[in-house]
Amino acid sequence: MGLKRRVSYATVTQINGPLVFIKGVKDVGYDELVEISSARGRSLGRVLEVSRDVAVVEVFEGTTGLSLGGTSATFLGRGLEVGVSQEVLGRVFDGIGEPADGKPYPYAREKADINGSPINPTAREYPSEFIETGISGIDGMDSLVRGQKLPIFSGAGLPHNALAAQITRQAKLLNSSEGFAIVFVAIGITHDEAMYFRRSFEESGALANVAMVLNLADSPAVERITAPRVGLTMAEYLAFEEQMHVLVIMTDMTNYCNALREISSSRGEIPARKGYPGYMYTDLASIYERAGKIIGKKGSITLLPILTMPNDDISHPIPDLTGYITEGQIVLDRGLYRRGIYPPIDISLSLSRLMKDGVGKGYTREDHMDLSNQLYASYARMKEVRSLETVVGEEGLSEKDRMYLKFGDFFEQRFLKQAEDEDRGIEETLNLGWDSLALLPEDELSRVSPDEISKYMKKRT
Amino acid sequence: MRIYRVSGAVVEAEESTGVKMHELVLVGEANLVGEVIRIDGDRAFVQVYEDTYGLKPGEPIKSTGNPLSVELGPGLIGTIYDGIQRPLSSLREKEGAFIKRGISAPPLDRTKRWHFLPTAMVGQKVSGGQVLGYVQETEIVKHAVLVPPDVKGELQWVADEGDYSLEDPIAKLPSQELHLYHRWPVRTPRPYLERLPADEPLVTGQRIIDALFPIAKGGSAIIPGGFGTGKTVVQHQLAKWADADVVVYVGCGERGNEMTEVLRDFPKLVDPRTGKPLMMRTVLIANTSNMPVAAREASIYTGITIAEYFRDMGYNVALMADSTSRWAEALREISGRLEEMPGEEGYPPYLASRLAEFYERAGRVKTLQGNEGSVTVVGAVSPMGGDFSEPVTQNSLRFVQVFWGLDKDLADRRHFPSINWITSYSQYSSTVSSWWIKHTGEDWPDLVAEAFRVLQTENDLESLVRLVGIEALPESQKLTLLVARILREGFLQQNAFNDVDTYSSPRKQYLLLKAMIGFYRSSEKVIEKKIPEAEIEGLPIVQELIRARFTVSEELKLEDLVKRAEDAPKSLSGEIDRGDKM
Ligand SMILES: Nc1ncnc2c1ncn2[C@@H]1O[C@H](COP(=O)(O)OP(=O)(O)OP(=O)(O)O)[C@@H](O)[C@H]1O
Ligand SMILES: [Mg+2]
Repeated sequence: MGLKRRVSYATVTQINGPLVFIKGVKDVGYDELVEISSARGRSLGRVLEVSRDVAVVEVFEGTTGLSLGGTSATFLGRGLEVGVSQEVLGRVFDGIGEPADGKPYPYAREKADINGSPINPTAREYPSEFIETGISGIDGMDSLVRGQKLPIFSGAGLPHNALAAQITRQAKLLNSSEGFAIVFVAIGITHDEAMYFRRSFEESGALANVAMVLNLADSPAVERITAPRVGLTMAEYLAFEEQMHVLVIMTDMTNYCNALREISSSRGEIPARKGYPGYMYTDLASIYERAGKIIGKKGSITLLPILTMPNDDISHPIPDLTGYITEGQIVLDRGLYRRGIYPPIDISLSLSRLMKDGVGKGYTREDHMDLSNQLYASYARMKEVRSLETVVGEEGLSEKDRMYLKFGDFFEQRFLKQAEDEDRGIEETLNLGWDSLALLPEDELSRVSPDEISKYMKKRT
Repeated sequence: MRIYRVSGAVVEAEESTGVKMHELVLVGEANLVGEVIRIDGDRAFVQVYEDTYGLKPGEPIKSTGNPLSVELGPGLIGTIYDGIQRPLSSLREKEGAFIKRGISAPPLDRTKRWHFLPTAMVGQKVSGGQVLGYVQETEIVKHAVLVPPDVKGELQWVADEGDYSLEDPIAKLPSQELHLYHRWPVRTPRPYLERLPADEPLVTGQRIIDALFPIAKGGSAIIPGGFGTGKTVVQHQLAKWADADVVVYVGCGERGNEMTEVLRDFPKLVDPRTGKPLMMRTVLIANTSNMPVAAREASIYTGITIAEYFRDMGYNVALMADSTSRWAEALREISGRLEEMPGEEGYPPYLASRLAEFYERAGRVKTLQGNEGSVTVVGAVSPMGGDFSEPVTQNSLRFVQVFWGLDKDLADRRHFPSINWITSYSQYSSTVSSWWIKHTGEDWPDLVAEAFRVLQTENDLESLVRLVGIEALPESQKLTLLVARILREGFLQQNAFNDVDTYSSPRKQYLLLKAMIGFYRSSEKVIEKKIPEAEIEGLPIVQELIRARFTVSEELKLEDLVKRAEDAPKSLSGEIDRGDKM
């Protein structure tokens, strides 16, 4: 927007939630950055709407302590930007990208607007490189590939943090040793949770490769909107300028959505469902679609957002709209967790849409896709048998049904369940899958071919 | 005109006297493309098709005098556009991997020369929609160069056969020169002579669609389903295998990678009818979820106008829109910015009429040049929470003839396509059945009806089975359940990613169904002879029927399967006296 004289306005006429209304402004651009000064000091905000006479400004640090008379606003003529370079790695930032570790600003190669720009669909490279996470429930059933956006749908008190930490510790690309970085974005989570991740990065020796953007539970709610964008802007630089493979973890996106709802309602907007704004889909997409790969660039952004489903309800607008944007989802299940199964991945509800291009001959093993389809189908059938059992009792089950129950137990106890530090190879995962199937009659296995059965299952039984 | 207010994608203009509704305007110093969507005194409301970041009150808005239009001419096929027909590959060449603002490129390549073969003659009186000549656009598509619908007159000059670029005149009327291309406003349906009944099936090669819930050429369908239930895969499958001459695929507010997938696959995939790459009949429109929301609203109209244009050449065109819900959400967002009175779930009250206008543009018609063409429309719907009672699904249902309802439970069980065979419907079943009788066999309607009966019975028995277990049922019902399973796993399920299964020719569909129903009929006779169902279930033919969709594509083997499926159960009744079976 170019240079211009900075004028200060002391004409605040209304304060509502995180919003401040300023009258009589001139030469103010939509979405530009604003510096708000008051008795409490300086804070930043951005223009949400502007007309000939009024600018509506969202104040990042919240409006607590602001008064009509004692507040002035200076419009900065640019959007919110962060400095990007490799030196963000090993550092900690707040939700608007200011250093939060007591150290000076890192050297910045360039400044980038946190909103980024949409990737031209013709410039995308379709993600297809398998990432081995060492977790059977993921590698075997819902494989992650480089450049994918794959969220974890969890619930309060479920071990999503442990799972995310385990993924970051173990994630590797089969046969590769290219540059790897992690961007960790905390959104409204507790100090303890953030520290848990930090320790985990530290223990695995990855800390020097991690940039942390922290908006904790007691940080201003409005900065929850900027935090993921700050993180992604750093990630884009690392991936597409420095050719690194970047894993971005964001937790908890539910807090992000709630902040969005709060701002929307203070603007008096008409909500769609459960109070969430009608543009939440588009807003979330402007975050998630920043994952991916670009033709001609070596790096990639793989996105692993975590969200907690209110009331464990997958049809709640937050998980629902997320699922409509991301390329699958890993769903955690309370029932499994109670039965002592870690990671408690409910495979029936989980899905990786990019799996089909990342597995199979030349990537993992030729039988991978069929095997996982068969495991899905058999597991779904097993669940029906389990619910039948609750009605008719075990005696009422046919012999075949009982085989399904055995299959289900084996699958959950041996395939799904593993220790938090157990790093299982893909071969072992697939073999455990076949071991589970071996408990079923062969004519029930219509998703795998007779050849695959004799090659992979028979050999092991 | 000047900017008075900026709110998201909507700009309010002052001093706007004289500006027309739906006029294209250029907003701000950056010349962002916008369209007038409401006029109120000397205020006009403009939806802006690019990011409005940095726009300031007071900046100028320039009129263009023209409505939002698309360019129609050779060069459309194989191109990928954004929602307002900006060619994405050219944008990428100009500015790199990320889409920036205020950049433009002509939708059709001005430098390329096309070989034009004139058919119209000097002195001929021509009117809108008539053919001036032809350009072989791709190996599949012969592009008829049409007189623009609103133009007529006596030809004073027609260019000789030869190579011309888009700006070269190829014919002259007293009033104007004609070119290889013309413009047409996207919100105005292109005219035709009359509507014709839609009675020929659009053969999709997808068994559950063709056999149970067919769509006709010129018909319209919706495919609603929660996330991950398979809407996009079905749309991709139709775009790949449907027997349309031209396919327009609109990615409206969905994932970037899904468009990349089409761009990667279609040039490689071969059209089963022509043997040529599918890209040679495809036009792509991609306004992904992270691209400007107003352009998403326009993308649907851009797509359907291009579809109508090829229809006017006499082609059967199929348009896929994934997802109409994102289009409706764009409408809602803009309506909210206009501070209009909201209807249900915040959608504007005119949602229903907009949906009606869109689906009404589907149809089989007699074109202005007198031949027949059609536009078939298939819209995906993404209902919140997978709940079909929401406004977009419900309103769309009023205007379409086919409903393919996707089922979360089926998808969770990896039964794909997860079209629910109990709740879905097609109003074309009887109209298209004569085609199927002619191209497959007399007994096609009976086979389909029998399959429906079996599946319906299975559905009726389901709660009983859940209560008492399958063992408590009489043998004949157990048999029905077995056949239902064979139908589900061997016919209804279709793996889009398996090279053989991905497409089923009409003949294959017919023979598979015939084998399964034949098996059922002869098994029923065996059951009457008091042979337990378990023995039938144990026959190897059962697995063979279930797997046949993957293993056999040649007709001979299928015919053999039909015979063996009928014979296999009979062998049981022949051997029963010996006390053992296999
Ligand atoms: N016919 C099919 N054959 C095999 N797999 C399928 C088929 N249909 C769907 N799937 C599986 O289901 C996944 C989700 O399908 P798809 O992307 O079409 O869902 P969607 O309904 O478009 O979801 P969203 O609304 O989130 O876009 C696919 O990635 C694939 O794994
Ligand atoms: Mg989809």
